[in-house]
Amino acid sequence: MSTVLIIFCVLAAITLATAFLTIFSRNPIHSAIYLVICFFSIAGHYLLLNAQFLAIVHVIVYSGAIMILFLFTIMLMNLNEEREVHRPRITRVGAIVSFCLICLVLIAIFINSKPIVGEYVTTGEDYQSIKVLGKILLNEYMVPFEFVSILLLVAMIGTVLLSKKEKLQK
Amino acid sequence: MSIESISLSGRKKLVSNKEMTFWERMYLIAIVKGLIITIQHLFTRKVTIQYPEQVREMSPVYRGQHQLKRDEQGRENCTACGLCALSCPAEAITMKAEERRADEKNLYREEKYASIYEINMLRCIFCGLCEEACPKDAIYLTTSKVLVPSSYEREDFIFGKDKLVMPLDIAMQNAQLKNAN
Amino acid sequence: MDSTIIIEKSVIIVAVFALTMLMAMYSTWAERKVAAWLQDRVGPNRAGPFGLFQPLADGLKLFSKEEFEPNTPNRFLFFVGPAIAMSTALMTSAVIPWGDRLHLFGRDILLQATDLNIGLLYFFGVVSVGVYGIMIGGWASNNKFSLIGAVRAASQMVSYEIAMGLSIIALLMMTGTLSLREISMQQAGMNWNIFYQPLSFIIFLICAFAEANRTPFDLAECETELIGGYHTEYSSMKMGFYLFAEYANMFISSTILAVLFFGGYNYPGMSWAVENWGVNIANVLGFGALFIKLCGFIFFFMWVRWTIPRFRYDQLMHLGWRILIPLAIVNIIITGTVILRADIAAYFGF
Repeated sequence: MSTVLIIFCVLAAITLATAFLTIFSRNPIHSAIYLVICFFSIAGHYLLLNAQFLAIVHVIVYSGAIMILFLFTIMLMNLNEEREVHRPRITRVGAIVSFCLICLVLIAIFINSKPIVGEYVTTGEDYQSIKVLGKILLNEYMVPFEFVSILLLVAMIGTVLLSKKEKLQK
Repeated sequence: MSIESISLSGRKKLVSNKEMTFWERMYLIAIVKGLIITIQHLFTRKVTIQYPEQVREMSPVYRGQHQLKRDEQGRENCTACGLCALSCPAEAITMKAEERRADEKNLYREEKYASIYEINMLRCIFCGLCEEACPKDAIYLTTSKVLVPSSYEREDFIFGKDKLVMPLDIAMQNAQLKNAN
Repeated sequence: MDSTIIIEKSVIIVAVFALTMLMAMYSTWAERKVAAWLQDRVGPNRAGPFGLFQPLADGLKLFSKEEFEPNTPNRFLFFVGPAIAMSTALMTSAVIPWGDRLHLFGRDILLQATDLNIGLLYFFGVVSVGVYGIMIGGWASNNKFSLIGAVRAASQMVSYEIAMGLSIIALLMMTGTLSLREISMQQAGMNWNIFYQPLSFIIFLICAFAEANRTPFDLAECETELIGGYHTEYSSMKMGFYLFAEYANMFISSTILAVLFFGGYNYPGMSWAVENWGVNIANVLGFGALFIKLCGFIFFFMWVRWTIPRFRYDQLMHLGWRILIPLAIVNIIITGTVILRADIAAYFGF
């Protein structure tokens, strides 16, 4: 086994284990912290793929900003275990059924999909460099990139509107 | 003269609530001014007194530990009249009077003396009223020039005559000085 | 991999680590000295000449203190908090170029632990993670004051990171690179970025104060309101780690400021020194120049601490969101316009 494979296995194990712990741990703070570790291991995966920029941006955005806001709200809300909502049994059964259905669909897709046959094209360009990345984003993938920015803008305006509306009703 | 124009210190300033201009609201100039003021203090003389090596000078009227005086012949002035205890606002002084025997004439000036004289230094507020009340010039707070030392036990702060009475050799020195003059 | 590279890199890493620790240690001493001088006092002067052994005495004291533990719901997180704060504070120095290169033993040695292509982003990433130490520690203390301190620290860090990042974008548009080494090299010969981007520098400076949790932005640990903020319940060396991390952060922020805006290791007449005195001497002098610059910034951090009082929380948020971020965006637009004008002028030939 090569070193890269060993590192990949360890990272994958950490990712999966912390992801499951995020769901199963009862304390909301603990599950948030597990999620943070999960994000860090995903950043490690990016590094293994030699995508330093993506890895660092992932750390900044997800671990550095989003999860901190998550923790922030959880700390402010003071969630206790006693106040956990007990859902009726039928929703649990529904959840299991829908999970199984999704699994079936996914397995069917994976079986039917064909692996990419062919060589990776090496252009000789350093794709870690933000210069190359920026050129590709703003030339080849210009339209999707702009769509993403519009989506974010709409989401931002929506949040502002929602928070303003509540104030007016008071 | 109206009340508005009176200014004793000459530095009277009317408080105004006027709107600040744009530059004032930026606070940048104010911050720079403040920085200049603080940096000036970097070059001013330091006021620290390095305590164990340097000792701050005591004022001549500093009231420290009490001292029971002796006269020029080395006799104790105190006659145990109790006026100091009576005047003490903190009730720190207690004493027990006793009659002077014939062979003690060289020890005590008056016919009555204090066999026990105790001041509780934890209660004493060093106001000096005992000194003012004393008719015999027996108790002084300003002459000892000693701070009451610290201690761990409460009992240690009840000062008896062993600590309060002026030592004999100092009394002799005082007498010699007086004779020399 | 070449074994000499491993040796070379490990020597540099150890040296940088030692330098960060030493600077953090002596920042505590300098903080007390500067505070004393600005207040017309003398400051620590008992331990050794000029009190130079004071940090050692402080460390000894912290190590020998009783280790107090609150009735915490999670002991593990209580221990992890200071560890995260400390390790993130020490990680940042990896990408800083301390000098150009030394020519020793017949090979060029870059005075930098690693020349990451995205060095500046790495700095941002590590700094943004640093707040976890405060948050986790504050939460695990099981104390209202600590929790409030942690929550304040988190929202402050997240808000000021945005302004910090935006202020840097204008600089990046000029330099065209994220590598701190290249940014340093572009500033050779008094071509410092501060002359081109003064607004960006001021925004970055204010945000650096906020990110390092220094006065006037030390709301996370203000003694008068929150006792000690997130480290109220900490004692002994765990407390020492938090304080140490704060000073290490201050050191790193000063270094980044010096590298980004004040020419890094460049000094006037460096190319002349390289020609006449050789690479090694010129670069040792360069390291000295960087060191003087960053010490100046550390002094400025301390100077400001004793000048400006602490902000109120709403003032802090107002400054961050409604003044610094719009200013940074305006700065980006101005920079973009100027660059575009230059491009158009070059294209049409006037």
